[in-house]
Amino acid sequence: MDIKLNDDQLEISRQARRFFENETPMEYVRAMFEDEKGFTDEIWGKMAELGWTAMCIPEAYDGLGLELLDLAVVLEEMGRAVVPGPFFSTVMLGGGGLAEAGSDAQKKEFLPRLAAGEIRGTLALHEPDAGGDLDYVRMEAKAEGGGFVLEGTKVFVPDAHVSDFLVVPALAKDGLTLFLVESGASGLAVSPLPTMDGTRKLCVVEFGGVEVGRDAVLAAPGQGNAPLDRALRRAQVGLCAECVGGAQKAMEVATEYAQVRIQFDQPIGAFQAIKHRCAQMYVEVESARSILYWAAWAQDHAEEEAAMAASVAKAYCSEMFTRTAASAIQVLGGTGFSWEHDIHFYLKRAKANEAALGDPVYHRERIAGLLAG
Amino acid sequence: MDYRFSPEEEAFRQEFISWLDDNLPEGWDPSRYQNYPRDDELAAAYRAFQKRLFDAGYAGMHYPKEYGGQGRGLVHEVIVMQTLANQCLELRIPGVITFGMAAPTILYCGNEEQKSTYIPRILDGTHIWCQGFSEPNAGSDVVNVSTRAVRDGDHYIVNGQKVWTSYAHLADYCILLVRTDPDAKKHRGLSYLLLDMKLPGVEIRPIKQITGDADFNEVYMEDVRVPVSMRVGEEGDGWRIAITTLMFERVLGDATMAAAYERNIERMTQMASRVRRGGKPVIENPVFRQQLAQAYVEVMVLKYHGLRNLSHQLQGGIPGPEGSIGKLLWSEPNQRITEAALAMQGPGGQVMRGSPWSIQDGFWQYAFLRAKGNTIEAGTSEIQRNIIGERVLGLPKDSSRAARQ
Repeated sequence: MDIKLNDDQLEISRQARRFFENETPMEYVRAMFEDEKGFTDEIWGKMAELGWTAMCIPEAYDGLGLELLDLAVVLEEMGRAVVPGPFFSTVMLGGGGLAEAGSDAQKKEFLPRLAAGEIRGTLALHEPDAGGDLDYVRMEAKAEGGGFVLEGTKVFVPDAHVSDFLVVPALAKDGLTLFLVESGASGLAVSPLPTMDGTRKLCVVEFGGVEVGRDAVLAAPGQGNAPLDRALRRAQVGLCAECVGGAQKAMEVATEYAQVRIQFDQPIGAFQAIKHRCAQMYVEVESARSILYWAAWAQDHAEEEAAMAASVAKAYCSEMFTRTAASAIQVLGGTGFSWEHDIHFYLKRAKANEAALGDPVYHRERIAGLLAG
Repeated sequence: MDYRFSPEEEAFRQEFISWLDDNLPEGWDPSRYQNYPRDDELAAAYRAFQKRLFDAGYAGMHYPKEYGGQGRGLVHEVIVMQTLANQCLELRIPGVITFGMAAPTILYCGNEEQKSTYIPRILDGTHIWCQGFSEPNAGSDVVNVSTRAVRDGDHYIVNGQKVWTSYAHLADYCILLVRTDPDAKKHRGLSYLLLDMKLPGVEIRPIKQITGDADFNEVYMEDVRVPVSMRVGEEGDGWRIAITTLMFERVLGDATMAAAYERNIERMTQMASRVRRGGKPVIENPVFRQQLAQAYVEVMVLKYHGLRNLSHQLQGGIPGPEGSIGKLLWSEPNQRITEAALAMQGPGGQVMRGSPWSIQDGFWQYAFLRAKGNTIEAGTSEIQRNIIGERVLGLPKDSSRAARQ
C-alpha cells in the first residue's frame, strides 16, 4: 500500500502551478470568459509544448503513455486556476474517445497530431431529452451506401466551436455506434450557448444529414457502449481532479479572508460560525482528494472497481466543489457576491462540472444499480 | 500509488479470515447484533474471544513482542481490525477504550514497568479499561478537570467525579485525568494516572442511555489512594499525553468503522430489497436508491480517506490534527445513514426489536439511536471543527478562549 503522489507527480504538480500562475492569471481567465473562442493559441501552444496534451496518449501514437493519475495532477492545478479553453475536452473527451474506440489506423491518423497540440477534438454525447442521463442516446445513424447518415441534435457539447473532430455516439440498426466526424463535414452546424461558466464553452451541434464513410466508424454498431463507458469514466475522474483543485483554492481564499477581515473587533475566523464553515471545507476537500486518488488509480489498475469508483468520485467531488465555492462566497460576504472578486468563477465552474458527464443524480443511480441491481 | 495489500499482507488476510471462520463463538451469526443482552455476558465473551485471538497470535499485531504483541506492522493490525469489524464488531465493543486509548497511551508514554505489566494483560483479554476524562464541568472543555490528586508520600489521594465513563462497570482499570496543581495554568496542572477500579473509595453508578442500555457510568472517587508509580509521564504532563497518544491509533478506529459501515451498506441493500412501499420493494423507489447510493458514497469517503491516512502513517508520517477529519467522517455519516434506513422503512421504522414486525431484528432502530452519540463521544463535532479550524487552517481562537490562556 502506497497512497501518495510520487516525486514525478509532485514535480508535475509544481510545474503546472507555476505555469498557470504565470501564464493564465485571473486577468486571462476574465478576458477568455468574455471571449467567443475562449483561449489564445499562444497558451494552447505552450501547454502542448509542456507535453500535457500527450500525457495519456500511448507511446505508439507519439504520446507519453502516462497514467490517469499523472494527468489528474495537471487537471487539479487547472481547476485551481479555473483555466479556460479546450484542454479538457480535447484530452479527455475527443482524445479519450478516440483512444478507447478507434482502430489502429484511426489512432495513427489522429492521436499523434492531438498529442502535439495540432488538432482538437470533443465528444458530442448529450441529447436534448437526456437531461443528466448519459445513457440516453437516440440520434439515428442510417446505413446508406457504404456509410451512414447522421441526423439529429447534440447539446452541451464542450468546445465544439474550436474542435477539429467530434466523437459522436449514435444509434445504428444494430445498436450504439461511435463515429468520428470532422468539423468541416457538410450538414454540420455548430452554435455556442450562453452558459453560466464562460470559461468552459458549450455548443449545440446540429447534424443535418451528415454523411460519413465506413472509415468514420470508431466503434462498430452495437460495440459502442464499452469504449464510450471507459472514456467517460476516465473523463469523469479527470473532472473530479478539476473540482478538487478549484475547491482547494476556494477554501484557501475563504480562510485567508477569515484571518484578516475584522468585525466585532476580531477576525471573523475566530467566530465558530465562520471557523466551522472553513473547517467543513477542509474536511470535504481532503475527503474528495482521497476519493479522487482512488478513482484515478482504479481506472488504470483495478478494472473491477473502476466503474464504481468513477461514479462515487463524480457524485462526491462535483457536489463538494459547489458546496465549497458557495460556502466561500458566504464567508466573503458582499465582496464574494461582487463581479470584481474572482470567487464567482469558481462557483460557475463548479456548477458546470456538476452538470457535465453525468450529474450527481445520474451517478448515484449508477451506484445503486451496481449495489442492488 | 497502490491501494492493494502486498501479496504477503493479502495472504495474511486470507489466513485470518479462515481462522476467524473456525473460531467465532458457537452459533455466532454475523448479521445479528447485541447477541449478549447482558453486559456481564458480553464482557465475558469479549475476554474469552480476546484470549483466543491472543493464543492464536492475532492480538496486538503491531505491538512489540516483549509486551505480548506480534511485532508486525500496522497494516496487519488494520487487517485484523477490519475483518473483526466485518464479522463480530460486537465482540470488540468492550475493548474500544482499552485498545483505542489505554493501550497506546501506556505503550507510547508509559514506563517499562507499566508496559510490561499492563500491555500483555490487555492483549490477552484479562483487563478491560475505561477512560476517566469527562466530568460534570469538563465536557468539551476537558481541561477544566477538577478531580484532585494530592500527593501523600508514595501515593496520590484522589477525590472527584467522572461522568459518561463507558464500560466503567466492566472495567478493571481506568485511564484517569486528574488535577495535581490547581495553581498552574489550566492544562499544565493536569496529570495522567492509571486507576485500579477495585481500590477502596471508587464507586460506580450506571447511567441509562437513549438506547435503553447502560454502557456508561458516573465514577465517584473518595480518598482513593493511587500509588505514584501509576502515574504516566511527569506530573503536569497529563494534557499533552492525553491529546498526543490518541492520534496514533486513530487510523485503526477509522478503518474499523469503515469496515463496519461497509457491512451496514450490505445490510441496508438487503433491507431495501425486502421492505415494501406501495406494494413494491423500496429499492425500486428512485428517492431511496439515491439515499442508498449517498450512504455508500459517504462510506467510501471514510474508507479511502482512512487508507490515505494509514499509508501516510506507515511511511513515517506523524499523525496530526488533520486526523480530526476521520472522526467527522465516521460520526456524521452514520447519523445520515441510519436516518435513511429508518426512512426506507416508513412507519415500520418505529418497531423495535422483539416483534414479528421488527425489520432486520430492529438493527436500524438501535443503530439510529446509538448514532446520536457518535457526534458527541470522543470529542464533539464542534470540537473537531475547532481543532481543524485552529490547528490546521490557522484561524484564531475566539477572544474569550484566547483570553483564558
